[in-house]
Parts: sequence; structure tokens; C-alpha cells
Amino acid sequence: MGNAVLIAVLLVAGVGLVAGVLLVVASTVFAVPVNEKETAIRDALPGANCGSCGYSGCDGYAKALAENSDVAPNLCRPGGHDALVAISEILGVEVKEADPVAAFVHCGGDCDKCQTKSEYQGIESCASAKMLYGGPNACTYGCLGCGDCKKVCEYDAICIEKGIAHINRELCVACGMCVNACPNHLIEILPKKTVAVVTCSNQEKGAVVRKECANGCIGCMKCQKNCPAEAITVTNNLAHVDYSKCTGCGTCVEGCPVHCLSML
Amino acid sequence: MLKSLLVILMSAVLVDNYVLSKFLGICPFLGVSKKTDQAVGMGLSVIFVMLLATLATWPIQTYLLDPNGLGYLQTIVFILVIAALVQLLEMILKRYIPALYRSLGVYLPLITTNCAVLGVTINNISDGYGFVESLVSSLGCGLGFLLAMWLFAGVRSRVEVAVPPKSFKGIPITLISASIVSMAFYGFAGIVEALFK
Repeated sequence: MGNAVLIAVLLVAGVGLVAGVLLVVASTVFAVPVNEKETAIRDALPGANCGSCGYSGCDGYAKALAENSDVAPNLCRPGGHDALVAISEILGVEVKEADPVAAFVHCGGDCDKCQTKSEYQGIESCASAKMLYGGPNACTYGCLGCGDCKKVCEYDAICIEKGIAHINRELCVACGMCVNACPNHLIEILPKKTVAVVTCSNQEKGAVVRKECANGCIGCMKCQKNCPAEAITVTNNLAHVDYSKCTGCGTCVEGCPVHCLSML
Repeated sequence: MLKSLLVILMSAVLVDNYVLSKFLGICPFLGVSKKTDQAVGMGLSVIFVMLLATLATWPIQTYLLDPNGLGYLQTIVFILVIAALVQLLEMILKRYIPALYRSLGVYLPLITTNCAVLGVTINNISDGYGFVESLVSSLGCGLGFLLAMWLFAGVRSRVEVAVPPKSFKGIPITLISASIVSMAFYGFAGIVEALFK
């Protein structure tokens, strides 16, 4: 009897010992060299993995910061000022605040401009409306107007007017909640300075867009040609503004035949 | 031989589905099924770990525990071995395949003590499977898990936007929809016998 207990105990202890030794050996053999700066920066970041810095997550941003001195340390929005100060300290650079930013909805197709193809009577949610043939609007790229962004906004910065969402850029703190909530990915965080914005996200060809919405970008390239700062490019039949180049001169707004460009 | 392996595989995937018929591995099933890509990532990791766990535990049971009459130590030894194995795997992946580590990394520690993985290894023994049969059965169970995760993630993306009564919000409505999916899976009962006999 005593023997059986002894064997059982020895066996389990033996298996445990082998596993333990194996893990210890493995942890030294397979150790990955870690950049100390990277770990420190990673700890200073909030860990939300929101991606608003433009990297794959907090780990990606920390890695980029540690390895490349050209990467700006002020890109983390959830971390805000505290994270910036901490990162600047770790990197040994001067604290430089990021330009103020706020969210913007890239759709201007309200109920006067955008055609409707069906009447939606279901759950009051954009995500749900989108599942039914891309939503009730003729344009499947645009604002669905059920207010998923408004529901997640904790700062009362969003209102739905004439069937599309509008963001009060004074109240907006650029938390990015609405960016993730929008099933059509219409919301982008933009600089607060005066820039030209495209109020359309439709990537169809011009002829199709004209039938769907009076406000839609038809990809005519006029803005791209007119822009003195070369800040606008048309890709996938849709104009895109490079906000770092845009000087806010307004030339593109005057020239746009469908009025889907406006100044902020 | 091949036919019997195919029967084991098919019944593990469809009839004796670990999540929907045996109700093992419910924790990741409910926890990681909110998005389809995450669900698939989790499912693939589980397949991998189940195969690996069987590869390690079957010889331990056959050549270490059974000859010494210590079959009753199965549970504790298996848990120990699987946990150590997953840790080891994590280290190796981190060192040599960082891309795979980043995509599986979040799920691997979750699987360490997953009851579905332990269940597969123990059931392989109690069903009296040989080594190859055990591996095939593990593969089938893993595939079944992946299928269940994937299907349920699809169901859940619709349930998430619905507005149930307040008391049903969140986990309750998810459990109710899981039970409906589970009932739907009972439609597969008998399909394997009918196919192969």
C-alpha cells in the first residue's frame, strides 16, 4: 500500500521535475532579446491597442518608437499628455504636443441628396441596417443615420440631422469610439486646423455615384489638378486629402462640380 | 483501416462535437466568438494544441501510467504535461516564428488549461484508441471546435446588434443562441453511420 503511494508521488513529482527543467532550459535557450526601451515605452502606453497611432497596436508603436527616432512620440491619443511625457522621458526628447484633432464623418449624403432604395424598419442600429443589403440608402458606402456613433459618444458631440451624422468638433475629444462604431468606416480623426475635407466615401465609378447621390464624389480629378499644394489624390474613384500638405486655401472647394469638398 | 479513421474523424467533427454536444470548452466558445477572425484564430490554435497534447499524453498513459497501475493519476499528469507543453510551444514560437506567435499569442495561454483539450486526451484513452486513431480523433475534435466557433461567431455578429429585453442582454441571450445552435447540431446525429454503413 505504502509502496503504491510512493510510486504515484514519485511519478508525478518526476513528470513535474522534467517539465520544470525543460521549461527553465527552454526559457534560456529560446530567450528573445528584448529592447529595454521598448518594454519601458510599452508600459507607458495605455494598452488599449486602438491603433489610432497608425501602428498595429501598443506593442507595434513601442517597437517603432524604440527602433526609429523619426517616429513621433505624440501619436497616442488614449494616453494623451501623460503618455507623451512618459515616452519623451524614456527617449530623452523634448515634450512636443500633438496638433489638436477631432473626428469627422466622410459623408454628406443627407435625405435630400441621397436616393433611398428601401425603407428600413428594424433594430435602430447602423450595424443591423447594413446587414440588410447594405442599408436602405442607394449608396452602400454612406452614413446609415441610425446613430451607432451617437450611442457610443460620451461627450454628446454627435447629432443625426437629415439622416446623417454630424460631429460637433468643439465638443469632440477624439477618443475614437465612433470611429470603431461606424460599420461603414466613415469617421476619421482629422487635425482641427483649417483643411479641405471630402464629404463622400463612395468608391463606385462616377456614373453610378451620380444615380445614387447628388453629393457623391465622381472621381473627376479636378481637385487633384487644381490643388496648388498637391495635397489631393484620387484613388478608387474617390478624392483623398493629405492633411499634412493641405494649406486650407479652398481652391478645390470652389472647383468641385458635385460640392463634395468643403473646408473645416 | 482508412474507413474507420474517417468514421472517427467525421463523428468527432459533426456528431460528438466537443462544444455543441459534449459542452466542453464553453469558456473560449463564449469568450472569443465575438469576431469571426478571432474565433478562427482560436480554433486553429486549439487544433494545434489538441494534436500536440495527444502526441505527448498517449505515450505517457500507455508506457508510463498503465504499466505501473497508475491510471487514476491520468487527470493530474495530463494537466501538468499539457500546461508545460503549451508554455514550451509559446517560447519556441516567440523565438522562431514571431508572426505566428503574434497571431496565436493571445490564445495560447487561454488554451493551456482548456477542458476541451484535456477532454480530448482523456477520451482518447477511455475510448481505447490506438496512437494513430487518437491523433485522428484529436484532429476531428479540433476541427469540430473550429467549426462550432466559426458558426457561432456568425450567429453572434447578428445577436450583438439585436435589442433583447434588458434581463437577457449579454451572456443570457448568447447562451440561449448557443443552445439553439447546439440543438441544430443534433441534426447530424446518425449521419456518420448512414454515410459509412
